[in-house]
Amino acid sequence: MSQARTFPRGGVRPPDRKSLSEDQPIRKACVPSFALLPMRQHAGEPARCLVSPGERVREGMLIGRAEGPGAANVHASVPGLIREVLEVVLPSGARTPAVRIELDGEFECTGRPQTARNWREFIRHELLERIEEKGVVGLGGGQPTAAKLRAAGRPQLLLVNGVESEPYLTADHRLLVEKAAEVLTGAQIVASLFELEPAQVLLCITEDRRQTLASAHGQAAALGFRVEPLAARYPQGEEQQLRLALAGGLDALVLNVGTLLAIYEAVVWGTPLIERVVTVSGSAVRRPSNLKARLGTRLRELVEDCGGLAGRPERIVVGGPLRGFAVADLEAPLTKEMAGVLLLGRGELRARGSGTAGEAACIGCGRCIEACPWGLRPLELYHWIREGEPRELRRLGLERCTECGCCAYVCPSRIPLVRWLAGGRWL
Amino acid sequence: MISAPHLHAGPTSRRMMLSVVVCLLPAGLWAVVRYGPPALYVLLASIAASLLTELAIAALAFRRFTLGDGSAALTGLLIGFTLPPAVPLYVPIAAAVFAIAVVKMTFGGLGRNWMNPALGGRVFVMFSWPVFFHASPAAGRADSLLRWIWNGTPGAIGDVSATLLVLGSVYLFVRRIIRWETPAAFIGSFSLAVWAFAGLPHGFFRGDLPLYLLTGGLLLGALYQATDPVTSPLTRVGRLVFGAGCGLLAFLVRRFGPYAEGVAPAVVFMNMLVPLINRLTRRAAC
Repeated sequence: MSQARTFPRGGVRPPDRKSLSEDQPIRKACVPSFALLPMRQHAGEPARCLVSPGERVREGMLIGRAEGPGAANVHASVPGLIREVLEVVLPSGARTPAVRIELDGEFECTGRPQTARNWREFIRHELLERIEEKGVVGLGGGQPTAAKLRAAGRPQLLLVNGVESEPYLTADHRLLVEKAAEVLTGAQIVASLFELEPAQVLLCITEDRRQTLASAHGQAAALGFRVEPLAARYPQGEEQQLRLALAGGLDALVLNVGTLLAIYEAVVWGTPLIERVVTVSGSAVRRPSNLKARLGTRLRELVEDCGGLAGRPERIVVGGPLRGFAVADLEAPLTKEMAGVLLLGRGELRARGSGTAGEAACIGCGRCIEACPWGLRPLELYHWIREGEPRELRRLGLERCTECGCCAYVCPSRIPLVRWLAGGRWL
Repeated sequence: MISAPHLHAGPTSRRMMLSVVVCLLPAGLWAVVRYGPPALYVLLASIAASLLTELAIAALAFRRFTLGDGSAALTGLLIGFTLPPAVPLYVPIAAAVFAIAVVKMTFGGLGRNWMNPALGGRVFVMFSWPVFFHASPAAGRADSLLRWIWNGTPGAIGDVSATLLVLGSVYLFVRRIIRWETPAAFIGSFSLAVWAFAGLPHGFFRGDLPLYLLTGGLLLGALYQATDPVTSPLTRVGRLVFGAGCGLLAFLVRRFGPYAEGVAPAVVFMNMLVPLINRLTRRAAC
């Protein structure tokens, strides 16, 4: 058994709390009677809205067209009638136009026999076009996949990211348990784009999941892929930390397992990205689950699908607990980049000895320096941001900060360092 | 606004301060048992003076009240520990007022002070009323070593029980509230220097190690004062350098200076070098 690999410095080991939902098979969530589809569902630019109120749309119809490199196509996740086009604020704080569809009419794709295409028949630009047209974006939070693939140059490795190092999240884990064949076919498709040998494809999973992912492991090995067990440390699941752990200076392309499944479905079945697997978890939800849900479903409906609330959540987080956004209510729609909806109870936020009791003065303990995966000195950055000294910030390498949150996670004074450091970029 | 991350690890700053206070209490109680009411009065006076000074300055300067962070109470307790039980009460009060008003609050309060407030206060009274600090700890050397470890040594309140000080620090080490580097380097370099040179002029390597280790506030300084995160370096290498410097200076002051102990001036001096150490160890891996 090989030694688990990992990134060289920093990082934290939060309690993973995945046992809440990791054994729950992916369930289909109820189709929402209203779907609210933002024109921007990832870290890029919004798409241009193609529909107006009163129009009818079919399931999977293009309703937002990507114009420019940072945008991705948006498709109707349910058939129905466009009720309004409005502006919404996403949990990340971004504003974007959105389309509200009232469910009506027939599901023309779901549940009907489809014909699979042999992906080997496509040539490179056809594959890329299909991925682009079907609105595939990085489901771990990222740019449009086609743009990423086009910009990738000539990678020497493909890293299939199944690490999911954020606590609670188990969507990618379930995909590897239940849909390994499809995910791995997605990896084959991407490998063929770059003429990579099977041995240049690495399935990345954490070492503690080797047992539960034995089947995916076997299937990957059968295709000639390498399987790399990694240490279960945060932020191992981020692209750059995977590269640091595995690529050893080689040019590596990193794609999340959910993204590869979306690529597979877009290429082989022609399915646009209109649903995703999302983990609904936390102590304030009755039945933590992994749901396959239509984009645009209100988070409230997802929670109802999980048996509703079990007590008042102290905090609602969209995404993982270390990088996710806190939201005030459950009215936001599910978007392409949301891997989790967490309803955290009091006990989870205030575990013994880790109260969030307000911000205190920095005592210079240096824990943030030890935790930073980039070897930055967050407390000095914090100091210079408060002083407003951009030159010092450049000298200390603020631009290398990826806002992973390790520094703020360990800070005994509970200083919101991520917020400060993110703000420091504007100095 | 609530921002990520939504989980946090480890003790808060406040809990760290209060943990240190709690870990010092057994030694403090034992001192009160051994020395009687005078020790209690000194401890209470220094703690009360610390808290009141911080309160007064926060009120005068319209600053946020920060008594809750526990650091003023800890400063007061540490000041009491470094004083002999027999001093008049104006000594702990003067030390505490100086520590909080001048060393800590002038620079902006917790986290901004470049010198450990407790030691700053202690050095202030040491120079102001040297008459109280001349007692030689070697006076009671006739006792057996075992009895010293058990019963404590003559000197300051905090010297009364090395055993209880060390036991208290075990918890702090385990919870990583104090880091091992500073005390290890401090005690290590001090012991080495004592062993090598304290026996002079009778010869090298003949130093009386137990005497030096168990008296003069050495353990209190190495375990509880030099480890103050605010005034010690940021990285592991830095803390090793800092601790080693403290140990050497403490030995020099103690052996060749006029005072019975050298820990406070040594740590205060090394506090001044912390920014420099931080700068020089910037590249070092933590």
